[in-house]
Amino acid sequence: MSATHDAPDESGVTRAEYCALACAEVFRGDGEVMASAFGTAPAIGARLARLTFAPDLVLTDGDAALVDGAPAIGAAPSTLVVESHMPYRRVFDVVWSGRRNLIMMASQIDRTGNQNISAIGDWARPKAQLVGVRGAPGNTLNHSTSYWVPNHSPRSFVEQVDVVSGVGYERAASAGPAATRYHEIRRVVSNLGVFDFETPDRVMRLRSVHPGVSVEEIVEATGFELAVPSDVPETRLPTPVEIDLIRTVIDPRGQRDREIR
Amino acid sequence: MADKRLSLDDLVGELRSGMTIGIGGWGSRRKPMAAVRAILRSDLTDLTVVSYGGPDVGLLCSAGKVAKVIFGFVTLDSIPTDPHFKVARQTGSIDCMEIDEGMFYLGLLAASHRLPFLPTRAGLGSDVLRNNPSLRVVTSPYDDAEELVAMPALRLDAALIHVNRADAAGSGQILGPDPFFDELFMGAAERRYMTTERIIDTDQFAAEGPLQTMCISRLLTDGVIETPGGAHFTACVPDYGRDEEFQRAYVSAAADPDAWATFRQRFLEVDEAGYQAADKGPSSERAGQQTDDAKERRTAK
Repeated sequence: MSATHDAPDESGVTRAEYCALACAEVFRGDGEVMASAFGTAPAIGARLARLTFAPDLVLTDGDAALVDGAPAIGAAPSTLVVESHMPYRRVFDVVWSGRRNLIMMASQIDRTGNQNISAIGDWARPKAQLVGVRGAPGNTLNHSTSYWVPNHSPRSFVEQVDVVSGVGYERAASAGPAATRYHEIRRVVSNLGVFDFETPDRVMRLRSVHPGVSVEEIVEATGFELAVPSDVPETRLPTPVEIDLIRTVIDPRGQRDREIR
Repeated sequence: MADKRLSLDDLVGELRSGMTIGIGGWGSRRKPMAAVRAILRSDLTDLTVVSYGGPDVGLLCSAGKVAKVIFGFVTLDSIPTDPHFKVARQTGSIDCMEIDEGMFYLGLLAASHRLPFLPTRAGLGSDVLRNNPSLRVVTSPYDDAEELVAMPALRLDAALIHVNRADAAGSGQILGPDPFFDELFMGAAERRYMTTERIIDTDQFAAEGPLQTMCISRLLTDGVIETPGGAHFTACVPDYGRDEEFQRAYVSAAADPDAWATFRQRFLEVDEAGYQAADKGPSSERAGQQTDDAKERRTAK
């Protein structure tokens, strides 16, 4: 990627800030649900949503507590105001109740929304062992799940993922009504644009391009045939209030600039 | 009340090659590492390890102790993957049952409750079912007729957990923010062993923490072993946090046979007292590395 991607556009908003805003949009319309966010842009996004258009969101401390307000990224644990105890065993109660909206990361993601964090290559003897499927199989079947991919390329956006960890639309449909009942892959946010599955056959569609990125660039960086509407909007500009919240309240240390290279 | 105090040698003497052993904690947090180190020094082999995996899994793989791992992840938390587990997977030296974290929980719960299985949506449509052909689905007998995964009981021959405080009779107290699934590991096992930072008198529990921290009852334990620093280098808050420096040294040593031999000699070929006494502070040979870790951290969650 060229260095210009990190530079602010004429509005002064950086790519990392567009990504954080696009992640915040994932939580729009959510009421009182637990927002779980992995990665810096999603963590900023969940906090931004909580402070603006989704005030009932419930945020976690990333450990075993739910916290009030929207603590800054990297805030000392002693400064957090705990509102509830949320150890892992209880997290499953939340996951399976559906009262959660999650942004996970994906080492690979494919056309129908399958995600892989298990292994690259043949599962029986992988070329690269990754962290493992974790909770992705259960998360995707129980509550809205979105993905954050900070390194959009044909290696991360693939025709078919090597190990289906998070379940996409086609796989859920073939597994039957118990799998589709609560299944939703809401959004994919990458460093280049925003994607969804709002197409008749539930394949990935380009929803918006981040300012400074062309549709051609995204098509080229995607390893499968992306649904591209005739008119693709730009990812929206943050309001002055939103940009101020990101810069001075949520991420004053500028962690967001370390995630996107 | 019976006195259940044991030594680490007693504990290892209770285990047999070929056993299925559950290990409590989560990732690189509150792992019974002293017990793991004791197994590394033993001639036990051919183990099936059931774990919310961290360096316990990696170390046991590194010493050829493992035939099979049942896991949903293996992570060092601040470093996405364990280097020895990676090698074991990528060379095909171990069998695996990789399942969703929630399926794992239900497997332990089913075993604790003496049930054959518990139903769940988790796993449907994912490669968890394809890669574990022994997993079955079950149809709801009610009007919904939903087809769900029947997560089989994860029955354990032995369970190992590490807690902050315990008494000699085998009650345990977890003072950190998350008890994880330790109680269920113990419930799922035939033989149940708990290592602890400190054995205290029963009447001292209340001074250490509120009722909710006293979460392992003696109904669930057969042996208790005092091992101060016994979770090192994983986190055991509030007694100590993760030793990040040492964990990085572990990862960096794993990348090079000579460095690993030195690491083994200094830290693993000594008894627990020797391990605790060893100089684990920063040293020149631990410098460097980390580029791969930083790269992987971005995609691992």
